[in-house]
Amino acid sequence: MSTQNLHMYRRPEALLNVRTHYCAGCGHGIIHKLFAEALGELNIREETIVVAPVGCSVLLYNYINVDGLEAAHGRTPAVATGVKRAQPNRIVVSYQGDGDLLAIGTGETLHAANRGENITVIFVNNANYGMTGGQMAPTTLVDQRTLTSPKGRNPQETGYPIRACELLSTLEAPAYIERVSLHNPGAVKKTKKAIVKALQYQKEGRGYSFVEILSMCPTNWGIEPAAGADWIKTSMVPWFPHKVFRDRPAEAAAAGGKAS
Amino acid sequence: MTEYKLMKGNEAMAEAALIAGCRYYYAYPITPQNEVVAYMAKNMPRVNGTFIQAESELAAASMVMGSAASGGRAMTSSSSPGITLKQESISYMAGAELPCVIANIMRGGPGLGGIAGAQGDYFQATRGGGHGDYRTIVLAPDNAQELADFTVEAFDLADEYRTPVIILADGYLGQMSEPVVLPKPTGKTFEKPWAVTGAKDRKQNIIVSLLLHPENVLELHNLHLQEKYERITQKIRRYETYKTEDADWLLAAYGTSARIAQKAVDKLREDGIKAGLFRPTCLWPFPDRELAECASHCTRLLTVEMSHGQMVEDVKLAVNGAIEVDFYGRAGGALPTVKDIIARIKNYEHSEFTHVQAS
Repeated sequence: MSTQNLHMYRRPEALLNVRTHYCAGCGHGIIHKLFAEALGELNIREETIVVAPVGCSVLLYNYINVDGLEAAHGRTPAVATGVKRAQPNRIVVSYQGDGDLLAIGTGETLHAANRGENITVIFVNNANYGMTGGQMAPTTLVDQRTLTSPKGRNPQETGYPIRACELLSTLEAPAYIERVSLHNPGAVKKTKKAIVKALQYQKEGRGYSFVEILSMCPTNWGIEPAAGADWIKTSMVPWFPHKVFRDRPAEAAAAGGKAS
Repeated sequence: MTEYKLMKGNEAMAEAALIAGCRYYYAYPITPQNEVVAYMAKNMPRVNGTFIQAESELAAASMVMGSAASGGRAMTSSSSPGITLKQESISYMAGAELPCVIANIMRGGPGLGGIAGAQGDYFQATRGGGHGDYRTIVLAPDNAQELADFTVEAFDLADEYRTPVIILADGYLGQMSEPVVLPKPTGKTFEKPWAVTGAKDRKQNIIVSLLLHPENVLELHNLHLQEKYERITQKIRRYETYKTEDADWLLAAYGTSARIAQKAVDKLREDGIKAGLFRPTCLWPFPDRELAECASHCTRLLTVEMSHGQMVEDVKLAVNGAIEVDFYGRAGGALPTVKDIIARIKNYEHSEFTHVQAS
């Protein structure tokens, strides 16, 4: 192994050197690392405040060396709103899971986006409630088995998985909405790009940015850690396609380019 | 010359919040406190503050939490059903020791109840209200002037003790117009090195109420909170007395009930019955020793409330069986009348009381 490789994979400055509580094969670790790298690249670690949700990533602030606070379940974007309005020159990130964002906090999610709050929402979609042991989430796939859909999710009883990006795209205010995933190294690189872009837009005051990340939860999916990435690709991506749903700053730049 | 302004209680409270330096106000409309929301929408821009009409009471209280954690002076207000929803964040803020002010302009309940003023939320306000072992300071004004004055004090108390402070008033106080002398800012400042403002040249600041290790962390945190509540209990003793020095009959009441009870005291004295009034202006901590002292030379005590008997439990705890405690209350937006209070006292000897404490 060359020293160059060691250098390439060194720990980002904003990522604290502590033992993780996440399960083997969990996607949060990757996302935390990408987030920490983005903070370093944009040089915004010292001005960033994260709002942690109720869920597996409630201990987010134990891993990322930034100021942080905890919201009640689902209230993450509302708390982030309160922080951002009090400190408009800080970078405020609402990091949320699928239950937090689309079930108990649907109202907060929609309205923070609708107000065009200049915050970044990182939405980790792993198709179940991880922290409480694997219950059905709003994003649980049809026929997917969970503790509370033991025979598989039946859409006749519980409806279909909610697509957050598509839902938010019906609103006028959001500046940037993209769905990415962690299912292979190429996808991870795109995820990193999306996080950087979202934070960059916030820094520039462009408005609400939303990055949905399809992430693995092999423990609660009942599969081997190594099989998680493939499960995203085969099971989740067909229902939750990768897409840039909205990129107002890029659209404006393109329009400006044409005009000139 | 003192400048009086004719203001609704709700407006006086809102203006006082601005005077106290409140720059973040988040709320959801509900009667009978809508004047606060409208006043803030109109006047927050004047002080370059933030007003958001939130999507829900849950969200409004969470926005307060975000701004309080940022080191700002933040407030929300509502009325009974809305306050029930705010309990979520109040518990989180009590746990995370975040200062803020929450006004409850009470209406009748339970459930959606009615829109007329009531005092049915005494238990909720003074016993914590949300889940977990905590208390909030509860200030109880009885006119528009006190709504203004107590609001200014509430922000200082919240910052001093790093805890949510409740202003507990009712719809009559909130919507009645009265002359008010607007209070002055206290000028007190509070350092907030714990606020989440970005970890620049210092370690991370983290504001949480999740403490997963039972014995060595969460229990210690709870002991710390209890120690703080004890300090608050020692320090905050707020009450007013009216003609209690030679009273034989002692009335105990707060808020609108106290104003009615005070009129009853005067009428009773005209009829030769020596009555007096003890009015707590803070309901938690409750001025129990002071009430007991006041009641020590009285023979009987009547608690008057716009509920079916909530503060009366604290009154009984305070006098601890030393004298008989009777209760008279109207609820659901109905008001106790001076006439009814007098009748209750005059008929005492001949009545069968259901609420008299065995001594």
